[in-house]
Amino acid sequence: MKRIVYREWRLQPERYWGLLAILGAVAAIAGLAALYMEHHGHWVTGMTNQVVWGTPHVFAVFLIVAASGALNVASIGTVFGRTAYKPLGRLSGLLSIALLAGGLMVLVLDLGRPERLVVAATTYNFKSIFAWNIFLYTGFMVIVVAYLWTMAERKVNAYSKPVGYVAFVWRLLLTMGTGAIFGFLVARQAYDTAILPPMFIIMSFAYGLAIFILVLMFAYHQDKRPMGDVMLFKLKNLLGVFVAAILLLTLMYHLTKLYGTKNHGVEAFILMTGGIYTAMFWIGWILVGCLAPLGIVYHPVLGKDRTWIAAACGMVILGGLAAVYVIIIGGQAYPLEMFPGKTILASGFHDGVAGAAAWYSPSIPEVLLGIGGVAVALIITAVGVRVLQFLPESLSDQVVDPHVAAKG
Amino acid sequence: MTQEHDKVDGARRSFIGAAAGLTAATVAPGVILHTVAAAPRAEAVTDKVRWGMLIDTAKCADGCTACVQACDRENGLDLQIKPEGASEQMWDRQRAVWIRKVQVQDNLTGRVTNLPMLCQHCEHPPCVDVCPTGASFKRADGIVMVDRHTCIGCRYCMMACPYKARSFIHQVVAEKLTATPRGKGCVESCNLCVHRRDHGEASTACADACAAAGHHAIVFGDLTDAGSAVSKAMAAAASRQIREDLDLNTGVRYSSI
Repeated sequence: MKRIVYREWRLQPERYWGLLAILGAVAAIAGLAALYMEHHGHWVTGMTNQVVWGTPHVFAVFLIVAASGALNVASIGTVFGRTAYKPLGRLSGLLSIALLAGGLMVLVLDLGRPERLVVAATTYNFKSIFAWNIFLYTGFMVIVVAYLWTMAERKVNAYSKPVGYVAFVWRLLLTMGTGAIFGFLVARQAYDTAILPPMFIIMSFAYGLAIFILVLMFAYHQDKRPMGDVMLFKLKNLLGVFVAAILLLTLMYHLTKLYGTKNHGVEAFILMTGGIYTAMFWIGWILVGCLAPLGIVYHPVLGKDRTWIAAACGMVILGGLAAVYVIIIGGQAYPLEMFPGKTILASGFHDGVAGAAAWYSPSIPEVLLGIGGVAVALIITAVGVRVLQFLPESLSDQVVDPHVAAKG
Repeated sequence: MTQEHDKVDGARRSFIGAAAGLTAATVAPGVILHTVAAAPRAEAVTDKVRWGMLIDTAKCADGCTACVQACDRENGLDLQIKPEGASEQMWDRQRAVWIRKVQVQDNLTGRVTNLPMLCQHCEHPPCVDVCPTGASFKRADGIVMVDRHTCIGCRYCMMACPYKARSFIHQVVAEKLTATPRGKGCVESCNLCVHRRDHGEASTACADACAAAGHHAIVFGDLTDAGSAVSKAMAAAASRQIREDLDLNTGVRYSSI
């Protein structure tokens, strides 16, 4: 492989600042939405005492999961020694930090008392998975910054491999920690399963890579840098493998649940009778998020078309949001089974009378806050690639593939 | 110079003396008053008692909400005001509730049971396990409650509670009782009328109201004291925990269910 030359993103200033202005405006609107919710209280949202985590959590969890997945490209280069991926390691690290920052921002701004963040940072209950995650998230940031440094600074290049290993193990722990937030909730029928942490890992692989491919394609297209088919097809084929793995884990999750009679209620709810949640599962999670992108990336014609590859990435992202929505909101909407073998006839606190699901409808401020997290992640990425040397000058086949280079 | 330093400044000494005396005279009554007021609560809570309840669902009357109303009054829940612009439906889903009536029917036999649901004051409370800051905690005497100074409003405890016993304060709080501080953005739930415990009172508002209504479905007391009314009632009748499968050893038990 040729020596890789990294260059700052040289988009024309007016287009660059225009892009930043748009993202900044989206982030500012999200800030106003958060202020509005904070000022009035959560009654202005769709969240209730039945569905306590709403749309902000969907975005936050999606971004946090995708963050660890975005680091995969760097890991493949460093930990698994695939040299073809090494040129993309820096962008991979930057994007993972950016996505995590965006996700955490949304999570924190949705707290009932966001101003007490200092309490969360100084007072710990170490039995809480949330408390572990505070360390997993901040530790991830520190490790990835160190990782980026070892990749970018020639003097410490030698440490890139050990730091890369640490980052890889840490990102697995981080995603498992995020999955465990739900998996270890023994009381709720949709959760309470150890398959959620590994499922979150597989999801992170796919969602993070889909975002990575889109950002990479956009950055190279805008800057008119060459990106050959070799690199892009490697990435999209990898995406296909990860998406197939999501399908497998999803199947495992539901089979595990379906085997026990006690979980037939929640399974019927998600798979058949849950209305919007059933629709989001089949249309969002399975069709748009898995089957359609799989069909595209492995299609002999469409799979070689850049527009279609980008569309497949977009579908994986949308399907991912739907999947997280089904897991988080659907899991809460299904009423807690406090009295197995009995039907609730009446309740003074919406306990699922006659098995009715809890009501939830996302409010506009919630959605705006969530989208703001995405904007913040993209701002960090856009600023990062502009001021530092994150992007290889070329990803042409000659640069990426030693065989092509030899022939050329 | 040294001599000047060594010389005692009489005026200064008498000023300090007078100031100290005046301060003592001003502060002392406050200190003493405070001590007197705090007397019943001066002793640390111990695990020599474990507060709990037995609820006899056979005595819980259909349509009666005396316990709910009493709890609302006792803990200032009736002071919650629907925010302007909120719909009745949403407010009903968002207002805080500590105890509610539930009516269940057995799918096989059709038998209908009425019961009040509230925080079950588990020995191993999932809400305490998951709370990142330790705001959700269990007192030595078994009462599970929320420290509103360290609650960050993450609602993870609400996700973890098997009984849906907790409420999040969705709105700005205009009025509250001294005994039950309440603030927007924090989580709360039944604390077995902890202020009554700390003042040495015998029962909870719900148990008193149930008795006053003539039902006597709720018996409150010390589960560790074999002579207490609740222990005797538990010894006399079969009782069970809701979601026994979770093995949380709840402090609230139900009979005739």
